[in-house]
Amino acid sequence: MDAIKTEGLTKYYGKARGIEDVSLTVRQGDFFGFIGPNGAGKSTLIRTLLGLLRPSAGRAEIFGLDIGKDRERILARVGYLPSEAAFWPGMRVQDALRLSAGLRRRDCRRTAAQLCEQLRLDPSQKIDTLSLGGRKKTAIVCALQHEPELLILDEPTSGLDPLIQREFFTVLRERHEQGAAVFLSSHILSEIQRSCTHAAIIREGSLIAGGSVAELVHAGAKRVRVQGRVELHALDGVRDLHPSADGADFLFSGDTAALLSALAAGDVRELTVSEPDLEEVFLHYYQEGSGYDHRPA
Amino acid sequence: MTIVRHELRQGRTALAIWTGSIAFLLAACVFLFPGMRSQMAAVSEAFASMGGFTAAFGMDRLRVGTLTGFYAVESGSILGLGGAFFASLTGASALSKDERDRTADLLLTHPISRGRVVTEKLAAVLAQIAALDLAALGAALLSIRLIGEAVPWREILLLHSAYALLHIELACVCIGLSAFLRRGGAGIGIGLAAALYALELIANMTGRAGALRYITPFSYCEGADILAKGRLDAWPVAAGMLFAAAGAAMAYCRYCGKDIR
Repeated sequence: MDAIKTEGLTKYYGKARGIEDVSLTVRQGDFFGFIGPNGAGKSTLIRTLLGLLRPSAGRAEIFGLDIGKDRERILARVGYLPSEAAFWPGMRVQDALRLSAGLRRRDCRRTAAQLCEQLRLDPSQKIDTLSLGGRKKTAIVCALQHEPELLILDEPTSGLDPLIQREFFTVLRERHEQGAAVFLSSHILSEIQRSCTHAAIIREGSLIAGGSVAELVHAGAKRVRVQGRVELHALDGVRDLHPSADGADFLFSGDTAALLSALAAGDVRELTVSEPDLEEVFLHYYQEGSGYDHRPA
Repeated sequence: MTIVRHELRQGRTALAIWTGSIAFLLAACVFLFPGMRSQMAAVSEAFASMGGFTAAFGMDRLRVGTLTGFYAVESGSILGLGGAFFASLTGASALSKDERDRTADLLLTHPISRGRVVTEKLAAVLAQIAALDLAALGAALLSIRLIGEAVPWREILLLHSAYALLHIELACVCIGLSAFLRRGGAGIGIGLAAALYALELIANMTGRAGALRYITPFSYCEGADILAKGRLDAWPVAAGMLFAAAGAAMAYCRYCGKDIR
């Protein structure tokens, strides 16, 4: 059974586009990264999955349950971390944790205490006095304390200092190893590349690429650095070209034989071909665009 | 009951301030009565010469020299109107405040139905209104005893029942409006209560109540009518409770299908 499966999921806010025809599969046990800049539709997809927004078209299931009809059953198995952690005024951390556990009718005190210790969060502190990072930590504990089978995290590290980010990802990896699926939206590509097994890229409300992170990196363009003279104008598949006085640096996604012929015809003193990092892959998709052929990742 | 407890905790300061103020003012007015009783004949005469103004507040039909007449005028302004503002404010922000403060994301991503959220928030608002009205009744009874007067039970209970119904109606209508709002509803709540009170004054001044009697809930709280008839007017009360039911139904219908942005 898939943790998340959407088919043609579409959400419009009146005439404004939210997401369009999003088809996506996140398997149980996946650590899935959802990549896109601000305004691309990441939060809209997440909020639609959680039942905060009603889809305009298409359908979605979480653990095989329909997001419209089985909302409460789904939410009992999901932990959600919103991008903006907001709490009611005058509350202490422990009040928020108790409220969240009460709404789930669960006793989460033991796990909550462990998480607070790991994230260095004082439960007796008033949330109003906490920094953005402190409020985020409170929201993280709320999302994790009931040990959900699926974690949906919207920009989880914004506001966290690097040490807490590392601790947070340690907790996420532990949960993942215990069998939980993780669906994480971010525009920080390094954290996706470091932690996620699969990823999808969204642009202007539509998915433009998806697959395993390794596939995305390997199947995409290669970064080619040439020192010397080479004629690239006739070569198909050259992108992100940076010519310099003694050579060129470009992404290449065309025919390798044609590249070798072009290099052989030139005067190349030194050649480096490397895998691009996820950031380059992301920029490649964003600059060129791409259709996304939906397949289970 | 988790949301009820949470809402009561969140609203306790506002409830304490409104309840304390209303109870204090009610008691203060009762304490003033013995000293003013002898002057009330002159006050009644003065009011009688003020035409529409006297009618607006029902003082042309009340004997303000009696405890019940005096209490009906004072409690109508203090508990009737003051409690109406509290009920409207609390109702109008019940659902919308979570969207305004972005706490709806946290609340509605727990395994609870939207219907249950509305039910518990409505229950919390009604519990706060009950607390305010009971405290006001307690303050009134205690202060009447303390000035050495016999408690006119029937009249006092009728007046306080009318105010409680007024507060329930306004709270339910406002919680219905709250389901449509995203930015809090304090202005709308206060505005609605003030507009309905103004309608009642206009109806009294013009002497042409007509349909207004069934629109404004202040009509069935008119102290002069309650004391004269010794009961509440059934039809305006029934119309008011229909409005209350419609407001609550509107809250369920709208909130259960609403996009939380």
